[in-house]
Amino acid sequence: MGQNIVNELEYKDKNDILDIINQYNKDKNNLITILQEVQKILGFLPHNAIYFLSEELKMSPAEIYGVATFYTQFKFEEIGKYLIVCCDGTACHVKGSPLILNFIENYLGIKPGETSNNKIYTLESVACLGCCAISPVCIINGDTYGDLTTNKIKRILNKLEKEIKD
Amino acid sequence: MDNNFIKRTILICRGSGCNSMNAGIIHETLKKVIEEHNLLNQVEIKLTGCQGFCQYGPQLVVQPDNVLYVKLKPKDLNEIAEKHLKNNKIVKEFLYKDPKTGESIEKKDMIPFYSEQIPIIRKNCGIINPEEIDDYISVGGYDALKKVLNNYKPNEVIKELETSRLRGRGGGGFSTAMKWQFCLNNPSEIKYVIANGDEGDPGAFMDRSLLEADPHSVIEGMEICAYTIGASYGYLYVRAEYPLAIERLKIALAQAEEKGFLGENILGSDFNFKIELKKGAGAFVCGEETALMASIQGKRGMPRPRPPYPANSGLWGKPTNINNIKTYASIPPIILNGGKWFSSLGTKDASGTIVIALTGKINNSGLVEIPMGTTIRNLIYNIGGGIINNKKFKAIQTGGPSGGCIPEQFLDTPLDYQHLTDLGSIMGSGGFIVLDEDTCMVELARYFIKFTQNESCGKCTPCRIGTKRMLDILTKIVKGEGTIKDLEDLEKIANIVKNTSLCGLGQTAPNPVLTTIKYFRNEYEAHILNRKCPALVCENLIEYHIDQDLCTGCGLCKINCAVEAIEGEKKHLHNISQEICIKCGVCFSICSYKAIYKKTNEN
Repeated sequence: MGQNIVNELEYKDKNDILDIINQYNKDKNNLITILQEVQKILGFLPHNAIYFLSEELKMSPAEIYGVATFYTQFKFEEIGKYLIVCCDGTACHVKGSPLILNFIENYLGIKPGETSNNKIYTLESVACLGCCAISPVCIINGDTYGDLTTNKIKRILNKLEKEIKD
Repeated sequence: MDNNFIKRTILICRGSGCNSMNAGIIHETLKKVIEEHNLLNQVEIKLTGCQGFCQYGPQLVVQPDNVLYVKLKPKDLNEIAEKHLKNNKIVKEFLYKDPKTGESIEKKDMIPFYSEQIPIIRKNCGIINPEEIDDYISVGGYDALKKVLNNYKPNEVIKELETSRLRGRGGGGFSTAMKWQFCLNNPSEIKYVIANGDEGDPGAFMDRSLLEADPHSVIEGMEICAYTIGASYGYLYVRAEYPLAIERLKIALAQAEEKGFLGENILGSDFNFKIELKKGAGAFVCGEETALMASIQGKRGMPRPRPPYPANSGLWGKPTNINNIKTYASIPPIILNGGKWFSSLGTKDASGTIVIALTGKINNSGLVEIPMGTTIRNLIYNIGGGIINNKKFKAIQTGGPSGGCIPEQFLDTPLDYQHLTDLGSIMGSGGFIVLDEDTCMVELARYFIKFTQNESCGKCTPCRIGTKRMLDILTKIVKGEGTIKDLEDLEKIANIVKNTSLCGLGQTAPNPVLTTIKYFRNEYEAHILNRKCPALVCENLIEYHIDQDLCTGCGLCKINCAVEAIEGEKKHLHNISQEICIKCGVCFSICSYKAIYKKTNEN
């Protein structure tokens, strides 16, 4: 079964993953780093990539999943075009992040951890981005938006909607 | 050429905080403006890490005048060049204004936020360019390493640390000298040095800003440690969520290696040391030392019982010294100025300084470094500039999810490890969150338990099940469905989790619950007995209403209501249907006339 799954992996992706594994000496001790690098090129960790890693690193897929699922950084599903990371750290929380998150949920119709059906938006809620001085904060595709109000986040989401239509 | 020209340096803050407020655009515009005004020969622009005053970013300092300009927009820079740089006239408009007096303050050192600080760990932050090793060297960087390699035996380094009374800056506060001594005593030929930069507490960004602003100080401290205990390999473990810190560390490590400060035969001695950068992958428990080591070894980051301590059996079973990055950054100044000097700062309980990330409902959010023993009142009302909108102070939360909430009656407590422990909280790594009258302490306790429950690795039963049970009870209480028996159970479970969990995460997770019950029992009772939320936060216990006198009928709330709970014609009074309202609070925050108000249940 493993072989079939691995065969689904595109030739180029396979080569890229092999490069990463070799760069880290095929060493199990570097598993987390290897997973981070694979996620960087594929955007997430697909099932077939995990099986491929299992063959190359001589570890069972369960072992790899065991490690990968322990850490919140790793994703197992494709994420949307826009990744909206909404901070709910303590400073953000006391300054109204639940309200912002609530607004985004209602606007996009998805909950944290979900991706919209059209694969445009993925929403995430995290526990601190370290920008507490400008709380509440959201990061959208790497850009930080601080001192958020419902008005401000509405304008930002409207802008994204417009970008998609254009 | 005009004689009025003074050779100036502009220090532009490029920490993560300012970057997120478009400091990059300010930086680029500044370069253009300097060129356009023909000031290239007179003005040097220097990129720096976090200058600490994050609330007022983007910001820059003009030296040697020592003038700080805050909350800058690209269009402001022309005026600064024209007036200040060309004609030596300070531009008042862009200065910091004291929130109490409204007066603008010219000199950076005169601003209360800065004037009370004694930077030791952060001494180079905001002053040097973190991406240029020569800049670090020009302020005495790597001098401590040279001094140690030339003049100190390992025992003498430890002696100096003993004199300094330095305690670990990660939160535990264990004696650094003793920790290093244990490792030195171990005869093993292979030993490791680890720097813990897995700053996971929500509301904490001290480590991030230090790594972004002065990465070499951490590297130098690690090297002195490695020389002392006899290690030749080290790991710097940093959260993957800190991309800028990782980027600057990569640059710093490469430059240090190139200059011969890292690698083989460092500075001509027979000391060899290499550092590998490891990115965490998002697990709070990895801040715990044994879990962190499991993570470096590519495993699930689960803690194990101690002893054996890492000094005896750490990474791959070898003796390992693991310290917080701020502890390492404290080492070079101690070596250069002597342990006595360091010991003279602070209190009997704790020497030196504490780096605090001050956030929440406070006017001056940002990073401060103050001597141990500074009172909480001084921190909040002087350095922090008081509470936003002059609201009433309720509590200060220290130590993140492992800490507690300290109420008003203890405002004059001096900050050190012992005093905070006595109050049921902890120093932690230094995230301090100020809470005002609008914060519900029960909801906050629930927030923290939700966090720790989520981050509990599940290995030991008290933490895995106990935090879940605590979360269930707290959820019941904030919904107005709790009973007095629930409160008793909550306290009982909290104590069991605290006393029987395997690692620090579980042992400290109940602190936010226990301190809020201790100091704010009345709020718990209001939720339970009266089904009321005095701070008007808990959704189930409040209602949103529209004030008849203030509503203009603009319709803004109506179009923004997600569930169509608001009715009313344009220019006529609007009304919220309590049956439909989901209490999301959008209308409350969006109304331009403050016509929407909250009230807690009547009955």
